[in-house]
Amino acid sequence: MARRAAPEVNAGSMADIAFLLLIFFLVTTTIEVDSGIVSKLPPEVDEKTPPPPVKKKNIFQVLVNKDNQLLVEEELMELKDLTDAAVAFIDNGGGEGKSGCAYCEGERSPDSSDNPKKAIVSLVNDRQATYNYYITVTNELVRAYTILRNRAATQRYGETYESMYARYKDTQEADKETPEYLELEKRLDVIRELYPRNLSEAEPQVAG
Amino acid sequence: MSKFNKKKSGDLPPVSTASLPDIVFMLLFFFMVATVMRDDEMLVENQLPAANQVEKLEDKNKLVNIYIGKPGVNYQKTFGTSDVVQLGDKISRVDDVYNYVNTKRSAMPENLQDQMMVSLKVDRNAKVGVLTDVKQELRKAQALKITYTSNQGDPMNNIKRR
Repeated sequence: MARRAAPEVNAGSMADIAFLLLIFFLVTTTIEVDSGIVSKLPPEVDEKTPPPPVKKKNIFQVLVNKDNQLLVEEELMELKDLTDAAVAFIDNGGGEGKSGCAYCEGERSPDSSDNPKKAIVSLVNDRQATYNYYITVTNELVRAYTILRNRAATQRYGETYESMYARYKDTQEADKETPEYLELEKRLDVIRELYPRNLSEAEPQVAG
Repeated sequence: MSKFNKKKSGDLPPVSTASLPDIVFMLLFFFMVATVMRDDEMLVENQLPAANQVEKLEDKNKLVNIYIGKPGVNYQKTFGTSDVVQLGDKISRVDDVYNYVNTKRSAMPENLQDQMMVSLKVDRNAKVGVLTDVKQELRKAQALKITYTSNQGDPMNNIKRR
């Protein structure tokens, strides 16, 4: 009556098997990129309707040529100066009376934009420019708007636009009816109204 | 005497590796959970640029991906070396963007259709020309919400790296 204990399974190779699986998953893993610069295309225009008239001084023209050089308002410019120039233009507030801008802190030069709502940043690029450069220029222009929005938000609500927006985006679905959320949404709209992102990527055309 | 000798073995006891499988399994589970399998096989080069004004994108089911870049090494014989557009898992012509986007949109649940966002994944060394054409097509297709998908990072690195 020798009742033997069941022989123990050798688990020594368990680690090897697990390592094999681990390496498989390590290799196949691609961390998905889930961030990007959000933009909105203008709806298609039919050719009969002329574009609305815009005063030349309200347009901030940025040209990128095929050698990745930057021409801003008809002057060569280094990329690092672009954001400051854009901020100065948008925040100029040179308009008078009704088209003035009480909250602007710019130079109020009559040759630059009337107010941020009218100011349009126009980006025209050559087809041969690289995407690298293009996205960097776009990024810098968007940054100009973010700087101004942050400033306005800090003055009004004591919190930057970016952090307000991050809170807005992080809200769970269940909390979307709370008064805080609706208040936050309203505040964001106010700031966006003050500095709307008028970034025109222009109809394709031959840039010089 | 032998009674005392036994204790005298001066060797270090071997480190127990019994918990090694546990550790490895823990790592394994982590990677299994974190892994996202790519939906589309990449036929074009696709190194995304860096930017710092990025926003988190919408849910995956609202996104439509369009890849732009040079064909990968294996496909250069067939498609040449200039920039091309990849829709789904094949290289297509720019004119096909219109149909592709519309097909994708009608495949979505109806309440999400107007929230559709086109994620443009453009290789950092691509030329802007093809992108401009694609954008014109998107305007025709009324797919106006777009995003230039890019990694979080300092955009100035884009230009330094040649």
